[in-house]
Amino acid sequence: MQKKILNREIPLHLMILPGFLFLIIFSYLPMGGIIIAFQKFIPAKGLFGDQIWIGLKNFQYVMSLPNFNDIMWNTLYIAVMKIILGLLVPIVISILLNEVKNSALKRGVQTAIYLPHFLSWVVLGGIFIEILSPNDGLLNQVIKLFGFESIFFLGDNKWFPITMILSDTWKEFGYGSIIYLAAITGINPDLYESAQIDGANRWKQTLHVTLPGMQMVIVLLMVLNLGNLLNAGFDQIFNLYSPIVYQSGDILDTFVYRIGLLDAQFGVATAVGLFKSVIALVLVSVSYFVAYKVADYRIF
Amino acid sequence: MRLHKRIDWFVLINNCFLVLVGLICLIPMIHILAVSFSSSAIAATGSVSLWPKGFTTAAYEFVAQREAFWKSILVSLQRVFYGGAINLLLTIMIAYPLSKEKGEFRFRTFYSWSFFITMIFGAGLIPTYMVIIQLGLIDTIWALVLPTAVPVFSVILMLNFFRMIPKELSEAAYIDGAGHWTTLWKIYVPVSLPSLATILLFSLVTHWNSWFDGLIYMNNPSNYPVQSYIQTIVVQRSFATMTPEEAKLMATISDKTLRSAQIFLGALPIICVYPYLQRFLVKGIVVGSVKG
Repeated sequence: MQKKILNREIPLHLMILPGFLFLIIFSYLPMGGIIIAFQKFIPAKGLFGDQIWIGLKNFQYVMSLPNFNDIMWNTLYIAVMKIILGLLVPIVISILLNEVKNSALKRGVQTAIYLPHFLSWVVLGGIFIEILSPNDGLLNQVIKLFGFESIFFLGDNKWFPITMILSDTWKEFGYGSIIYLAAITGINPDLYESAQIDGANRWKQTLHVTLPGMQMVIVLLMVLNLGNLLNAGFDQIFNLYSPIVYQSGDILDTFVYRIGLLDAQFGVATAVGLFKSVIALVLVSVSYFVAYKVADYRIF
Repeated sequence: MRLHKRIDWFVLINNCFLVLVGLICLIPMIHILAVSFSSSAIAATGSVSLWPKGFTTAAYEFVAQREAFWKSILVSLQRVFYGGAINLLLTIMIAYPLSKEKGEFRFRTFYSWSFFITMIFGAGLIPTYMVIIQLGLIDTIWALVLPTAVPVFSVILMLNFFRMIPKELSEAAYIDGAGHWTTLWKIYVPVSLPSLATILLFSLVTHWNSWFDGLIYMNNPSNYPVQSYIQTIVVQRSFATMTPEEAKLMATISDKTLRSAQIFLGALPIICVYPYLQRFLVKGIVVGSVKG
């Protein structure tokens, strides 16, 4: 009997084997490579080669850098603001969209707002660089039309973070609204009917029927977003920043790229990467655990 | 009927507001398209807004003659083809065993956790980069395809879908003497075609849009996929990929129209498949990702 089960299981092992091998090579082998963080790493000697161990020196070096506090602050500030707006804007838009009775209009607006999500930050970066240009950019033309002075959105430390936050919200709010719309659609129509009989107007209905109906999904997404606390958006910032806005726009991921691949300080860059990964692991674990407790959310 | 007039006002303002929101999402794309079809002299003054001025296709003709651009398109097509095929095949072959009950596949929990852990903990940029170098994948198409060969998120969507397939189907197949392999390809895959199409489409879009791996894993710019190529031209504004003749010809066409044309061409395939993406959105992804 035992043997029979085993025989039946062998094809399943074989089936999963190729994918599992890819996982070992491209995910777990690099995890082993994290030892670089504790070495004075010389690339020519190779990963797992005969390197000099220096303990926590790489971490101490990073912490001692004068701009490290700025980088941490930028990362947290941009990420937190993106999370907040990424929750609020889709909630408002989905509630407003749900009030639209003309289905052609509703579909048209949805088509327009989902599109930016699917475009890469290379394409959108190129577009934003044109549009936000201080001299001839479209947005500054409009600003000048109203009699204000043009703003150097991507070259002014005062404006750079807010530009990142708003342009990311612009890209993702449409996509974010899909889940909320689905949640609203799932609300029992009888609830609205009885609210109307009780004399509730549109605002009261939103407050007492729609929002409570969305509550579960909102809490769930809030919790799951906790894992993004250190993800300020590498793709976006890498394509839009420049040395003049490092002070306000440099984040952990762009910092890792520059010291690692440009300055070839592999050990230091790996140390920063590990720091980020460990915090992210803790945050994601906590958020999944809370999501499981609060919303019985399970991914598999 | 008493409330008729007030409700109309709300509807009117709400509709106008949402149309405005929709336009704000589209205007940047329309602007770039208008600039790309404008005469370079007028575009350089910044007076083109949403409609081409001095209509010309000169920028596109210039791009069409650029060998480096077409080379990068070719690399991208290759990448999308291999990447999509490998992603889909592995998703199916991983999701099926993991969709089995623990009694049927005792190692299920071990494998599930092995895959899941890679979703919540990453090794980071440098160790991954070192592994790719030491495997000798630098400057090959495989550096773009193999590291993301296993799309764990798609695996999770698919295994949840496979689980909803009635067990009677696979049990009947088993009694008829079908092994797991036959059951997967003759029963599970045919009934999951719409879900598989969704996963494939999202994988193709991801591969088309990827640019950072091309930038770091390709030492020779002639191996860049198109998004990495556009990144160097439009964002870094580097002319490393340009021949002297091209640089001379370039002087006759404004930078701005040329950049806009290439940005638009980089987004064009996505815009073409967008109607299909949108159709799958509500059905597939929402059901799969948020079950709670």
